[in-house]
Amino acid sequence: MISASGLAAQFTELVLAMLLAPLLTGWVNQCRAWLQSRSAPPILQPYYVLAKLFRKDVVLAHNASPLFRVAPYLILGVIALAAAVVPTLGTDLPMNAAADAIALVGLLAMARLFIALAAMDVGTAFGSLGARREMLVGFLAEPALLMVLFTASLISNSTSLATIVETLAHKELVIYPSMAFAGVAFTMVSLAENARIPVDNPATHLELTMIHEAMLLEYSGRHLALMEWAASLKLFVYSGIGLALFFPWGVAGGGDALGIVLALPVLILKLAIGGVLLALIEMLSAKMRIFRAPEFLGIAFLLGVLSMLLHVLLER
Amino acid sequence: MLALHFAPLLAKYGPQLINLLAAGLLLLSFAMLTQRRILSLINLFAMQGFVLFLSTALVAWLTWQPHLFVSAALTLALKVIALPWILHRLIRRLNVKWDVETLLNIPSTMLVGIVLVILAFNLALPISNLAGTVTRATLGIALASVLLSFLMMITRSKAVPQVIGFLAMENGLFFAATGAVYGMPMVIEFGVALDVLVGALILGIFLFEIRERFDTVDTRHLERLKEER
Amino acid sequence: MGAPVSLEMLCLLGSPLLGGAVLALFGHRRYAAELNVAFSAFTLLAAASLVVRIVADGPLTDWNEQFFVDSLNVFLVALTAFVATTTALFSRPYMRIERDHGRVTDAGMRLYHCMYQLFTFAMLLVLTTNNLGVMWVAMEAATFTTVMLVALYRTHASLEAAWKYFILCGVGIAQALMGTILVYFAAEKALGAGAGTLLWTHLDAVKDQLEPTVLSIAFVFLLIGYGTKVGLVPLHNWLPDAHAEGPTPVSAVLSGLLLNVALYALVRCKVITDGALERPFASALLMGFGLASVAVAALFLSRQRDIKRMFAYSSIEHMGLITFAFGMGGPVASFAGLLHMTMHSLTKSAIFFAVGHASQKAGTQVMDEIRGLIRVNPTVGWGLMLGTVAILGMPPFGVFASEFLILTTAIAQHPWATPILLLSLGIAFASIFGKVQPMVFGETTARRLPHPPALIPVFTHLALVLVLGLYMPRYLADWYRMAAKLIG
Repeated sequence: MISASGLAAQFTELVLAMLLAPLLTGWVNQCRAWLQSRSAPPILQPYYVLAKLFRKDVVLAHNASPLFRVAPYLILGVIALAAAVVPTLGTDLPMNAAADAIALVGLLAMARLFIALAAMDVGTAFGSLGARREMLVGFLAEPALLMVLFTASLISNSTSLATIVETLAHKELVIYPSMAFAGVAFTMVSLAENARIPVDNPATHLELTMIHEAMLLEYSGRHLALMEWAASLKLFVYSGIGLALFFPWGVAGGGDALGIVLALPVLILKLAIGGVLLALIEMLSAKMRIFRAPEFLGIAFLLGVLSMLLHVLLER
Repeated sequence: MLALHFAPLLAKYGPQLINLLAAGLLLLSFAMLTQRRILSLINLFAMQGFVLFLSTALVAWLTWQPHLFVSAALTLALKVIALPWILHRLIRRLNVKWDVETLLNIPSTMLVGIVLVILAFNLALPISNLAGTVTRATLGIALASVLLSFLMMITRSKAVPQVIGFLAMENGLFFAATGAVYGMPMVIEFGVALDVLVGALILGIFLFEIRERFDTVDTRHLERLKEER
Repeated sequence: MGAPVSLEMLCLLGSPLLGGAVLALFGHRRYAAELNVAFSAFTLLAAASLVVRIVADGPLTDWNEQFFVDSLNVFLVALTAFVATTTALFSRPYMRIERDHGRVTDAGMRLYHCMYQLFTFAMLLVLTTNNLGVMWVAMEAATFTTVMLVALYRTHASLEAAWKYFILCGVGIAQALMGTILVYFAAEKALGAGAGTLLWTHLDAVKDQLEPTVLSIAFVFLLIGYGTKVGLVPLHNWLPDAHAEGPTPVSAVLSGLLLNVALYALVRCKVITDGALERPFASALLMGFGLASVAVAALFLSRQRDIKRMFAYSSIEHMGLITFAFGMGGPVASFAGLLHMTMHSLTKSAIFFAVGHASQKAGTQVMDEIRGLIRVNPTVGWGLMLGTVAILGMPPFGVFASEFLILTTAIAQHPWATPILLLSLGIAFASIFGKVQPMVFGETTARRLPHPPALIPVFTHLALVLVLGLYMPRYLADWYRMAAKLIG
């Protein structure tokens, strides 16, 4: 049943995600600068960068295929779709019938696939380097993410994110050790997937240490703007998933407009705190060498599996 | 006053807290399995002892068994204070701080660890169902912890991590005893604690001797007595 | 507190404990060895009086039910005390020579004598305690003392052997603790919590009420744990090294006593498990492990070049045979098992005494380098030859009688096992005899040495084995039969 308020909530969520994502990135950068005792760029800096890039011309390589030109739009579209699935404001979303947690992971995988393909498309060394490393990280991060989502699904008996949020928000306070483990695993996976320290440094200039940035080297103009926007949106999506699984209180259940309006400041508050924590983690860790990334993600996978096992053992 | 406020809260969330502590114990066992620095191994071992102390004290409070308080105090004295101190002194004098290679690489070790955990959970399930304690679900975790310490002993090449694995195994057994049967009779507990202490001391003495004779505490050098002699 | 301790028990356990304390202080003096013998002899006296009391009055429960002595463990107590005394006698000149050669220091001698007595104490405690938990603690204590003893010479090889011994047995014993916890868990339902729940007599009374699943899992853990100390394959890796690298008296008590005591602990647990389970689960496990030990040991025997290692594998083989016999169960097999425990203990220790002297004179333990003992030192040569012949199961020595009984029971009840047993025993016979024969009768250019060896222990043991093989006194046979009935 698609209700009008559901549609409104869905639309609001999508627009909000697209608009707030660069703000989140700007906030994280500002927190990082504060923690490192240097002066930060203005919090709206990402918007200025996007505006600047949209105005510029696109420069394409001779041998760029149509895939390369379509890829940025495709990637942004897929991640926006993923953002539509994640319940950040309300749980009565029309998309819920179509997509659950597993489909969400699939959408993110599709985005990753296209980024990698487009990076290899032009045939430069750094593009292929970045694509290979991204696939390595994704290959290990995806099972870990799935395990975390399965743990939450086992607790709420459904893979639909909306149901998970509703179940977890309305249960009385129970200490779930499995969710504690799953939380740590999820943090590790999001750090890896969003190209954050300790897996990848988003501010690096050294191509040989890049994973995500290396894939963006060939883009320019509005294509680059779209890719940067997509990266911020991905961070937003992961934060949304994390909040939905581990801190689901405040999300409006059902379709009352008042609940959705009230959920907005709660969301902003939670994202702000999340941004500070992310900056803290980034500051306290050092970037690790590439060959340690499998170990890191192996530990995340392990914690995910453990959380599932613990749920079966302790919480039945 | 504070206790009065906390008491009903503790009673309600007690079993969940115990489950949380058990999960923490399992996590610490895995962390010990994948740890390379011997110094952090000892600290993890001390943390494991502390988690054990907390859970024993909690069970003692929830079920009002006075001998468990004594047991918890013994754990604190022995496993959180005495043994880590002995171990720290040992590695300082032996000058081993790092265990550079393990016999199996770390991701594979973790995979084998997961398999062992599943095995342990399966094995403990029929016993858990029969237990009448508030902590029966933790028996599987205790058994898993024992098996993981055993794995740690096998995959290490230096002698000190093997010793720590041995002591961690005893931690797991103690947790099993607390979980399944609210602790063994006191005389047994004392005997076991004494054994552990004496064992650690003897191992310490041995490590010195080995260090003097072999100039290393890498146990791969201790493989000359093979069959083909 | 309950009834006071009986005098026999007090002397039995107090003597070695006191001896350990005294020898810790004076173990390096010239008269330390004599003190050692004196304490062991006193323990033997206490054991003898305990035997008399059990034979007269039946099973004894002592000190608030903490100790329990019946015909099963009293004969082991007597055996332990006897072999401990004769070994102390043997060790007197042996260790003196070792010390003169500089292989042991003063501090080492103190450690040796102190640990020797404490080891005796630990073993006697395992044998006489009624409490499964105390049994575990004492077994662990016995491990510690022997580890210190094996490492006595502080050479590369002995440290390695002691380290391997400690780690392997430590891990094993930890499994046994898990098993004990599970037994306590099962017993709590029938007997309630408290210190009385782990008492073997209480468990024996309610064994049919114990949960079968829990008991079967517990028995597996206990088998792995105590089975490591018995030297059952595949947990036997520590045994050859520990025997080869420790001083000879230690090898003698390891083979002769510790293995027996560990098997006793296993048998006590088996009795409880059999009562709880309907099916022959424990028996099948014991038979399987026993058979595997016999076969594997026989195969490894033929490849050994060090004489002590060879006889260590022979110990594994014989313990496997005894385990197999206890696994088969029934009056005849259990009787044969108990008899074999005695015979093996006496014979193996005698062999180790002779081997000790032989290797001490030759300065090496490698068999190829020892030749013509009969010429160099006739008593050692004959002792070794007779001991070997005895352990290989030749009549009229007692080992033949027990092996014969085990084999005939196997043929009757488990014919599939008989070819394996016969083959293994045959291989062992060929290997050992083939190696010992040139050692004793081979050509040598060495002169006859004037050292008077202390061979009274060797010939005493062998004489006992011979006598018991030819004629078993009525009361002894009854005693074994009663003990066998307790095993079921």
